[in-house]
Amino acid sequence: MSYFTEIYHGVKTLLTGMRVTGRYFITSGKSAITQQYPDNRASLKMFDRFRGEVVMLHDENNEHSCTGCQKCELACPNGSIEIIWDRGVDPETGKKKKFIDKHIYHLGMCTQCGLCVQACPSNAIVWAQKFRKTRSTTEPS
Amino acid sequence: MLTSSLLFIPSLHDFLFSLLPPGLAKGAEMVLVGIIYLTIFAVAGLFLVLLERKVAARFQLRLGPNRVGYGGSMQTLADALKLLSKELTGTVRADKFLFNLAPYFVIITALMALAVLPFSQSMQVFDINIGLFFLIALSSVGVIGILLAGWGSNNKYAMIGAMRSGVQTISYELSVGLSLVTMVLLAGSLQLSQIVEVQKSGWLIVQGHIPALIAFMIFMIAGTAETNRAPFDLVEAESELGAGFHTEYSGMKFAYFFLAEFINMFIIAAIAVIVFFGAWLSPFGITESLPWLGVFWFLGKTFLVVLLMMWFRWTFPRLRVDQLLTLEWKYLLPLNLANLVLMAVTVWLNLTIQF
Repeated sequence: MSYFTEIYHGVKTLLTGMRVTGRYFITSGKSAITQQYPDNRASLKMFDRFRGEVVMLHDENNEHSCTGCQKCELACPNGSIEIIWDRGVDPETGKKKKFIDKHIYHLGMCTQCGLCVQACPSNAIVWAQKFRKTRSTTEPS
Repeated sequence: MLTSSLLFIPSLHDFLFSLLPPGLAKGAEMVLVGIIYLTIFAVAGLFLVLLERKVAARFQLRLGPNRVGYGGSMQTLADALKLLSKELTGTVRADKFLFNLAPYFVIITALMALAVLPFSQSMQVFDINIGLFFLIALSSVGVIGILLAGWGSNNKYAMIGAMRSGVQTISYELSVGLSLVTMVLLAGSLQLSQIVEVQKSGWLIVQGHIPALIAFMIFMIAGTAETNRAPFDLVEAESELGAGFHTEYSGMKFAYFFLAEFINMFIIAAIAVIVFFGAWLSPFGITESLPWLGVFWFLGKTFLVVLLMMWFRWTFPRLRVDQLLTLEWKYLLPLNLANLVLMAVTVWLNLTIQF
């Protein structure tokens, strides 16, 4: 008897699969996920989770929240983040403190793994959507 | 026996016979019919490849080819032109004769099968009285081309692919044959025009109800396997064998295999339409007064069945060789035999539904 239940089960699961793809077939006219890239360059909006490049956020006073702790530099497996820092005296407390001079991000070495963004304790660096770093001479920057 | 004629274009038929002596006119007519069917072969093949790519894209939420021509409509024509211009390569120490012969075997069987299909009431080149048997026989001859291609290539992957094809076709032609025999029991004839005639009182899938439905399901499974399409495409399993039996072929010889594969799919769908869905008959006879619409009904139904086969292809994963043989010998064959008895009882007790 299990012979027939096997056949029934097999046919049922096959039909379930066909129902899923059949629904895609009918509804996919509008919801095709393909982006026809160079054609829709003007209207293309990348999604929030897209990993284009790592940028440091600046607020309206052009200040960032990076403390120069170097956690991102340590977290990066390829060494694509380099932090140049210096020691100075904090004007408020008068104690010695580590100051950040420069946060250098080498896009060429980055694999977009996102470990630096996860490691940052003060949410100073985030992902940005920009992925096109070149432009032709005929188009405005 | 040979009834090749241009009867579907009566004016041309009469013109040829008024112009030439009968023997010559007959010959000229055969050549013309040959050219017409070769054109159908090429156009249908290219169209089916394009359809397959567009349908596959829709199933996978993509767009598919959309650059060449309006909405990508010239894509396969461009591909064919590209393949025409490519070099025909071969392997060292391969059997050159068999290597070159193989594509023609595949195409010629496909073309011969096209000849017996009743596209409409008058558009049938060769109305042989064992039509269905002829089609089943031809679908098994096609595999010789694949075996020759595998053997002649001097390539182990091609050889494995060809051997798999042999195994598959030998197993599954049993199911194709038996499911068609089931329907022949109901129709009472092997002649395709006769089978269509029977269906004027209801399509056979309605006349035969339950056993006909089972036969249709078995035919679709076995027919998909017979044409070596996914989920039964072990012959050219890309991840295992490269391209299978046509690994070593390039240019137009490869295109022949490719087109023949799609034409075979069309033929299997056409057989399904002839045997189960009333060929060129319209549903409920709504266009009975316009017989020339038959060809559109035939093609329309055929493309629906082709769409079903594409739906299979883009849904199901590929089977292993042992699973393939288990499916045939342990499931389809016993079910088919039981179904044959069921159909015989149905016909004997006159339980068919007729309008």
